[in-house]
Amino acid sequence: MKELLQVRDLKKTFKISAKQQKIQKTKEKIKVAVNHLSFTAYQGEVFGLLGSNGAGKTTTLRMMASLITPDEGDVLVDGTSVVQNPNEVRRKIGFLTSELKLEEFFTPNYLFDFFSELHGVDKETARRRKQQLFDKFQISEFAEVKVANLSTGMKQKVSLVVSIVHNPDIIIFDEPTNGLDVLTAKVVTDFLLELKSQGKTIVVSTHIFSLIEKICDRVGVIIDGTMAVCDTLEHLTQEKPLEEKFFDIYAEKAGESYE
Amino acid sequence: MNSNMMTVMKKEFTRFFTDKRMVLTTLLMPGLMIYLLYSVMGQGLSSQFAGGDEKPRAQVVSLPASMESMGEDAPLEFTKLSGQQEQEAAKEALAEGDGDYQLLVCFPENFDEAVAAYEVTSGQPAPAVEIYYNSSDTDSQQAYTVMTKVLDSYESALANKFDINPGGEGYDLASEEDISAQMFSMMVPMLMMAFLFSGCMAIAPESIAGEKERGTIATLLVTPLKRSHLALGKILSLSVIAILSGLSSFLGTMLSLPKLMGDSEMMNANVYGVTEYVMLLLVILSTVLVIVAVVSIISAFAKNVKEATGWVTPIMIVSMLFGVTTMVDSLSKTEPVWFLIPLYNSAQCMNGIFSLEMDMVNIAVTVASNLVYAGIGVVVLTKMFDSEKVMFSK
Repeated sequence: MKELLQVRDLKKTFKISAKQQKIQKTKEKIKVAVNHLSFTAYQGEVFGLLGSNGAGKTTTLRMMASLITPDEGDVLVDGTSVVQNPNEVRRKIGFLTSELKLEEFFTPNYLFDFFSELHGVDKETARRRKQQLFDKFQISEFAEVKVANLSTGMKQKVSLVVSIVHNPDIIIFDEPTNGLDVLTAKVVTDFLLELKSQGKTIVVSTHIFSLIEKICDRVGVIIDGTMAVCDTLEHLTQEKPLEEKFFDIYAEKAGESYE
Repeated sequence: MNSNMMTVMKKEFTRFFTDKRMVLTTLLMPGLMIYLLYSVMGQGLSSQFAGGDEKPRAQVVSLPASMESMGEDAPLEFTKLSGQQEQEAAKEALAEGDGDYQLLVCFPENFDEAVAAYEVTSGQPAPAVEIYYNSSDTDSQQAYTVMTKVLDSYESALANKFDINPGGEGYDLASEEDISAQMFSMMVPMLMMAFLFSGCMAIAPESIAGEKERGTIATLLVTPLKRSHLALGKILSLSVIAILSGLSSFLGTMLSLPKLMGDSEMMNANVYGVTEYVMLLLVILSTVLVIVAVVSIISAFAKNVKEATGWVTPIMIVSMLFGVTTMVDSLSKTEPVWFLIPLYNSAQCMNGIFSLEMDMVNIAVTVASNLVYAGIGVVVLTKMFDSEKVMFSK
């Protein structure tokens, strides 16, 4: 299988402000968010990044999407280095995270066209793709309503659609079902499975075990910025359900028990 | 022009022009408000100084013949009073601010004769005129000023040995154009600098710091859009909108200035020809590019719109101070090297254009240097869009 996404020895540190030091009750001035993290995602598979809040999942995905630059290491996206050629990487990936917001003044219709233009999608292709995606997510019903007037679920649908206007082969989703009602979450999960069946490579970060169990082929467990375990879902869940296995790993690596 | 840059510009224009509130507050209101404000101020000032058609009315004790003989030409209407009781009643009415009269003037008996007989060198007290008025009543205060002037003129006329410019007309050799130009050049550059800056302030912080605050700029940063195209697209589109906003204020000012000056025919914008307007447009365009670049950079540094506006305000004050330099001769330099100073150069060029004394070399230096500064601004903004420290600071 082709190695479409290679994360190589990534490291990212952040300065901790005096205010944050006070809140976190620490004297450390530097926080290592991601510490020499490596993994590979193969073509056509769904790779799940599992970890608690603050484990370093989102920072890893932000570096993969070229939104922030690694201190050390690199990410190769279909052979293109995110450090050396970030703009080319942006053409190849679709990235969705709660940090990326849509301008509330515009309608889903306008935003789809706008991002299609930025990705260089020709008008006819964009029109067909819009029709297809809007129908799938039932966005057509509110396509001309300003984003400001949409519900959280509607906004998430629009964000998801807008992130893949250019039909990328590699899709990176950070907590794609977070904050969604069960119906919308199911639509998103089903869509991810459909993308998988189309041969897309997907990296998903989440702390929802059921989502991982439903869609992932392989799983990486991140604890304190390092990759604790990286294995197939099948192998990981051979003896225990994923949730139990995760807590075992967590207790072993972080020295905490959840009994 | 790059298509992605055009896409960014198109988005900025759509965002602005389809928002009725923004169009109203940024494009229509400034011009309209300035026009209304200046017109009302002009009307108020005119009526204040003209005082209407009615002459102030004064009650006079022992009205001398010299005043009585003025007849219809007198700037006040005199009504004779006699008797102590009437005087007291008149004073009381003045103190209370009601009644038909604004003054009570008490001349000594045989005032004209006493004045004619008075020798300054005698050391004796001069004949005294007592004028009672109420300073808290505008009409009474005004009548007092008029009466004082009448008496001063009377006093001057007694010792009249020579006149300066008798008749008063035909001695000022300046043409009407010169007078118009001088008046415009004194007032408009400072106002223009303020209008252009406030136009930029109304939109740039919202477009850059606002997008950063709302997280929408990050969505743009994960697309293949080059940072330089994003920076240039933002600066160009914001400049167009800022120019339209500045133009609205400019039109409001030009149309209402004559009204502010009491419908003075001396203030006529027709004195300027096509060359002046073209040069003015060039200076304005390059100035707006510089201002938008500066405001955009500050907005990119700021965490939110409020912080950006706070940081930009001192620079706006500096730009207005540069505008004030056009009113002070010693601060108006003509050597080209001074025209390398951003904003100062724009104010001075506008002053030159409005006073019909424009210097093409200085205008060329101004426009060229402003374009260079704006270019540097684009490079800096591009770097900032590329910096995660700047774009994602919380």
